[in-house]
Amino acid sequence: MLNKLSQFFMRRRSWSIPYAIFLLVFVVVPLVLIVAYAFTDEEGAFTLGNFRKFMVHPEAVNTFIYSIGIAMITTILCLVLGYPAAYIMSQKQFKTSKTMVVLFILPMWVNILIRTLATVALFDFLKLPLGEGALIFGMVYNFLPFMIYPIYNTLQKMDQSLIEAAQDLGANPLKVFTKVVLPLSMPGIFSGILMVFMPTVSTFAIAELLTMNNIKLFGTTVQENIYNGMWNYGAALSLIMLLLIAIMSFFSNDEDNAQNESGGVI
Amino acid sequence: MQQANYIIEVQNVSKYFGEKVALDNINLKVKKGEFVTILGPSGCGKTTLLRLIAGFQTASEGEIRISGQEITQTPPHMRPVNTVFQKYALFPHLNVYDNIAFGLKLKKLPASVIEKKVKSALKMVGMTDYEYRDVDSLSGGQQQRVAIARAIVNNPEVLLLDEPLAALDLKMRKDMQMELKELHKSLGVTFVYVTHDQEEALTLSDTIVVMSEGKIQQIGTPIDIYNEPINSFVADFIGESNILNATMLKDKLVSFAGHEFECVDEGFGENTPVDVVIRPEDIYIFEPSDAAQLRGKVTSCIFKGVHYEMLVQTEDGYELMVQDYNCFEAGREVGLLVKPFDIHVMKKERTCNTFEGHLVDETHVEFLGREFECLPVKDIESGATVQVEVDFNRVTLQDNEEDGMLTGDVNFILYKGDHYHLTVRSDWDEDVYVDTNDVWDDGDRVGITIAPEDIRVVMN
Amino acid sequence: MMKTILAKGYLWLLLALLYSPILIIMIFSFTEAKVLGNWTGFSFNLYSSLFSGGMHHSLTNAIINTFLIALIAATVSTVLGSIAAIGIYNLRSRQRAAMNFVNNIPIMNPDIITGVSLFLLFVSFGISQGFTTVVLAHISFCTPYVVLSVMPRLKKMNPNIYEAALDLGATPFQALRKVILPEILPGMISGFILAFTLSIDDFAVTIFTIGNEGLETLSTYIYADARKGGLTPELRPLSTIIFVTVLVLLIVINRRAEKQKQE
Repeated sequence: MLNKLSQFFMRRRSWSIPYAIFLLVFVVVPLVLIVAYAFTDEEGAFTLGNFRKFMVHPEAVNTFIYSIGIAMITTILCLVLGYPAAYIMSQKQFKTSKTMVVLFILPMWVNILIRTLATVALFDFLKLPLGEGALIFGMVYNFLPFMIYPIYNTLQKMDQSLIEAAQDLGANPLKVFTKVVLPLSMPGIFSGILMVFMPTVSTFAIAELLTMNNIKLFGTTVQENIYNGMWNYGAALSLIMLLLIAIMSFFSNDEDNAQNESGGVI
Repeated sequence: MQQANYIIEVQNVSKYFGEKVALDNINLKVKKGEFVTILGPSGCGKTTLLRLIAGFQTASEGEIRISGQEITQTPPHMRPVNTVFQKYALFPHLNVYDNIAFGLKLKKLPASVIEKKVKSALKMVGMTDYEYRDVDSLSGGQQQRVAIARAIVNNPEVLLLDEPLAALDLKMRKDMQMELKELHKSLGVTFVYVTHDQEEALTLSDTIVVMSEGKIQQIGTPIDIYNEPINSFVADFIGESNILNATMLKDKLVSFAGHEFECVDEGFGENTPVDVVIRPEDIYIFEPSDAAQLRGKVTSCIFKGVHYEMLVQTEDGYELMVQDYNCFEAGREVGLLVKPFDIHVMKKERTCNTFEGHLVDETHVEFLGREFECLPVKDIESGATVQVEVDFNRVTLQDNEEDGMLTGDVNFILYKGDHYHLTVRSDWDEDVYVDTNDVWDDGDRVGITIAPEDIRVVMN
Repeated sequence: MMKTILAKGYLWLLLALLYSPILIIMIFSFTEAKVLGNWTGFSFNLYSSLFSGGMHHSLTNAIINTFLIALIAATVSTVLGSIAAIGIYNLRSRQRAAMNFVNNIPIMNPDIITGVSLFLLFVSFGISQGFTTVVLAHISFCTPYVVLSVMPRLKKMNPNIYEAALDLGATPFQALRKVILPEILPGMISGFILAFTLSIDDFAVTIFTIGNEGLETLSTYIYADARKGGLTPELRPLSTIIFVTVLVLLIVINRRAEKQKQE
């Protein structure tokens, strides 16, 4: 028996078992619970009522659509602002230092609430009104690094000789960009879109802070319902959000996005 | 006790990785103090066998004994063997001294003893002044010496070496071969050495074990293996050779390349198909004369340092490789002669493809995982299990795998003087043997086609 | 030349925009005014009041809780994640792919989903929420990052060195301690720092798992405070300190990663 046991531990693959159990309990089961709660009522009986409630609830649907709208605007703004920055940093001709990249990514690691309060402070300081404008500024400010990093990463890994090859074959700078650089940076763009869209559509709390409680986003709806004890309905709303994100990530599916790089921190 | 002479005994050992058979019923006995080399192409199972002896993997079936002790399930740290790994596997966070002292420290030997042993091991491998160097700062050869010192310092009963010289350059490899041989002599420890380099095996070993596809093909001294290869695989793998189809007419008379030759082999019966092996250095080459058994024309002549290597096309269309100190330029007519004792006759492993199959109906038979059309079969009931025979030269290979009735990978190529004998591993995991004049490469993906009239269905 | 100046100008403009809010907070942490935006002269008073406890008792508690949770979560995550990484590395490819997939879920999941799902887990099994649940939740989203930072070290390691240690007479546990551990230690340290930072930073998951027993972390404190309308003046020096700390930590990790790549 003892021999069997020691043999079991000797096989190093057995060492993944504690974590496998941990993942099962704290990742898989909770996700299953969301589904289970979403499709049951308070007595635990199967129902589609939670989803029906959402469909007939104009406020919830409006918030949902409004959140998607805000997320899309934020994503587009981040792309428009972020792509040139990523491009400039990735090109040797501009001689930007590595620290520049770190500087762009640093704010990503500061508490989102502190960042948001800082935005509020900035608007106060400049005597600008809080509201939709502040909301979008705050979102872009919060999530721009998530757009820049993956694009920078793809552009930087791109083989520079491809650009030279295009030039050699007679492409002007514009053509080089549209026919070579842009298509090759698509994976980075997709992963950037996903990484910005996902948190923007799911944030809560920061919208209220930026708009003095005037605008509510879908994340807040989810949080309020859970907070007020409407677990089943809250779970259904979470599932809807999860579905939206699943669809998004399906369309921008890419394997080696920036996060999985070795050392993968900054 | 007879057994006491053997330090390693491997009995009926098989190892499976899922469906794949890595070792198939291996039996091997190693004498104390012997230098045994396990030789074979990559993927033949030689490293797996070594790892079973070291204890990094356990056998699926069978038994392994070291010094008479059954150790099949014993974990590696409790076995009296030490290993020198292919890529050295030195501990990068320890310096040379601590790497070598690793095993001794685990045995809790007093520091003074450890120091003495480490120093003497370092001296033995010629690395005396390197004690406190970082292992990453050493060259490949130096790292290998440290790896060897780290193993021998523990006084193992058996030293296992897994392609220890494979990562070194040619010059370094030659030097290390000599040093290993010296080391073996001075230590008197049993060496089990794994390599794919036949020349290394011939140089170093007392005994060579030739492996292929998870099976032992031949065990013998280097001279035996070289001079009396047991089959065409061994003959082809060890050294350069001409391997030809032949017919044993009667005892001491064999016919090949369109000529009858005297030989020394007997006991094959009359008119038996066999393979003959002739080493290129055993063929005499000279100006055409009456003494010539074969006549032909030199097609290429390359200087190889000591000798010339020439390809000769005979009048009957066979190509033979000849090595000689004299040069016969390409285009020259020559005569060739082989002495009886230089002709090695080997039993053929098979004379045609045979497959297990079953008859679907009168004109269809199923084998190799699909249904084939065949000529009408009489006397055998539909559904019966049958044996299917296909001649080697009746199997057609196609470049475009979709053209074939089934597909496979070219696995092994043997040049037989006037044609190639290929082993094609079908996707059904059965080997199909093919004689062809077309040139294929190892690993080529091919389509395989067999015409209905070439399929012989035989009652099982 | 013109192009370079334009390009660099664009980058600096964008950075100025990104950093202006934080800079405002940092600047106004050196003045005493209650309302942000009023400059009433340079002073360290907010810093000294932050450290002398001259502020709400609950903020001090929140800070202590935050660091305690981060310390426990990061330690457990590092141990669990490192052992798991060794295990996963040695799995057969299909199982390994499955483990990597599940390991990536907490990383890819939006925080709110992680929060809601863990909330449902705890309420379904009737576990009362508080310090323990927050720690468990933090471990669950920190460990995947530890696995990801230890894995590259394992991949870089010569797979034979573990076997070499066994071969030289080490038991599996000795081989782990004397050979594998020194090899993966840099990855473990990076993983620990990362886990620590993530834990301190977290708001979304914490708020769902903290319960209503009055436990506060810095995030929930700031949130509650901000909802009340104002920002406690002491939060300005605190934010500044946290920002600078995170900055230093990140530069340390980044340097380590760079060095590893050079090796």
